[in-house]
Amino acid sequence: MLSLSHYLILGAILFTTGIVGIFLNRKNLIVLLMAIELVLLAVNMNFVAFAHYHGDPAGQLFVFFILAAAAAEAAVGLAILVLLFRNLKSIHVDDLDTLRG
Amino acid sequence: MSQYFVLPDLLPALPELFLLFMGLVVLLVSIGKKSSAQTVAFALTQLTLLLTFVLVIRGVSSEIEYTFSNMFVRDMLADFLKALVCLTVVMTLSYSRRYLVERVAIPMGEYCALSLLATLGMMVMISANHFLPLYLGLEIMSLSLYAMTALNRNDATATEAAMKYFVLGALASGFLLYGMSLVYGVTGSLEISEIAMRTGGKLYVEGMDKTPLVFGLVFIVAGLAFKLGVVPFHMWLPDVYHGAPTAATLFIAAAPKLATFAIVIRLLVDGLLPLYEDWQSMLMLLAVLSMGFGNIVAIAQRNIKRMLAYSAIAHMGFVLLGLCCGVVAGGDQRLHAYSSSLFYMVAYLLATLAAFGLIMMLSRAGFESDRLDDFKGLNQRSPWLAVMMMMLMLSMAGIPILFGFFAKFAILSAVVAAGYYWLAVLAVIFSLVGAFYYLRLIKIMYFDEAPADALPIEVPFSTRVLFSVNSLAVVLIGVFPQNVMVMCASAFYHSYQFQPY
Repeated sequence: MLSLSHYLILGAILFTTGIVGIFLNRKNLIVLLMAIELVLLAVNMNFVAFAHYHGDPAGQLFVFFILAAAAAEAAVGLAILVLLFRNLKSIHVDDLDTLRG
Repeated sequence: MSQYFVLPDLLPALPELFLLFMGLVVLLVSIGKKSSAQTVAFALTQLTLLLTFVLVIRGVSSEIEYTFSNMFVRDMLADFLKALVCLTVVMTLSYSRRYLVERVAIPMGEYCALSLLATLGMMVMISANHFLPLYLGLEIMSLSLYAMTALNRNDATATEAAMKYFVLGALASGFLLYGMSLVYGVTGSLEISEIAMRTGGKLYVEGMDKTPLVFGLVFIVAGLAFKLGVVPFHMWLPDVYHGAPTAATLFIAAAPKLATFAIVIRLLVDGLLPLYEDWQSMLMLLAVLSMGFGNIVAIAQRNIKRMLAYSAIAHMGFVLLGLCCGVVAGGDQRLHAYSSSLFYMVAYLLATLAAFGLIMMLSRAGFESDRLDDFKGLNQRSPWLAVMMMMLMLSMAGIPILFGFFAKFAILSAVVAAGYYWLAVLAVIFSLVGAFYYLRLIKIMYFDEAPADALPIEVPFSTRVLFSVNSLAVVLIGVFPQNVMVMCASAFYHSYQFQPY
């Protein structure tokens, strides 16, 4: 039988993977967007687990809103990515270095 | 649970509903290809914001109203912040108009529609009494801001700034949500006032372990710090300020800070006040790091937008300083401390609006006036603009009888009353370091020669009046700080019933 802590540990692992992905990834911006999605999905895992544990549907409802907001966020993020590719002809993270001070 | 759908009381949310409706109308109007459509969109946007301001003012009362199943709250603090947000956005757009048309050729209608939606997001954040509207408001605001940053489509630096803003903003939302999920797990509620009751009441009576709650709190504070742009979560701020079109920079630098301030209050003071010992020490660390790092690094900047970005980091550190000395060993001085923070926020807003406004006034087609060298000899080119800019810089530096001085004074007196003398001394030292780069700009304006090929400054009369009124307000409020201070204090007093210390 899986307990609450199993789900929480899975959530924590997903969350950490996402954060590490954002900071260690120096190659591809699309991987960066995937890492962001992973962070949000980790949060969803937590919310569903807690909602089940408390027997409270509010947490599961929250997940739907996070999913919708994540979709909108992905749309904006990909739009910016397309602009970036048009302007720089590259989607390498290391090429984002003109702004320095 | 009721079987029937009951229509919620819409009246407290009237300004938001109006703003949503008009935002969509402006979006429709902006589809028009003709330049007249763009003018109509701009006029409609300004009118909408002013009407929203009137609706907010008409709804002011010392009562606290909840609606949408307690998700939405309207109190004095919300009214005050919303009115300020509306006015700030009106001023931001007035400063930006000529810049958008002549300098960067951004479609006016789309920019206006995005501004209205961002304002809607901010107002929802300000009134949130539940994690859901708080998160959704934050996302509405942030997504509009990412788009506004990237709206100048052919500019590679603006796109790069937008990408950085997007990635770090999304990361901040992730942190905030993860923290919220942990708080939800411990308390079993998403409603902020309910969380306050459960964390303060029955949950920890028998000396239960509060580690998971503090763990969630750490993530919430980190997410808020990202959005506010304080060290060590500030990496996005200088790049975004620098790369974005100045109109978008001003938008990001002004009103969203107020909305973020509101959610800091809602989450930490409203919801997690029982954990005040933990978050006050976290905020204190962030405040000291921000004031130190922001002020020192700003000295090295040659780009004025970047310099103002680091100065904003330092100012946010000061705001947090007020928030971290609300409840102390000596007693409860929350009213004094939190209203000082709000007061400081107003001072920061006024000075920031005018400073970025001036950068936009000096820019023209094909030329961005964003290097410090571009301000050389401003006194010879336009003595009036130079005097006003000098007032703004002196206010930001905290020179007596200007608004910025009383803002710093209010915060410092709260810090001293809380007994953190070392913190007050540190804050003064860092302000002194900060005074260097503000004074350097004044020296550049007054004592350096203007380049021989400098074109005359052409500023429309209306913008000149707005800039003068804005800058003189900084001086006038400095001379008569009482009224604004009383407004800030009564907003907190009527919303939270904090007792005067």
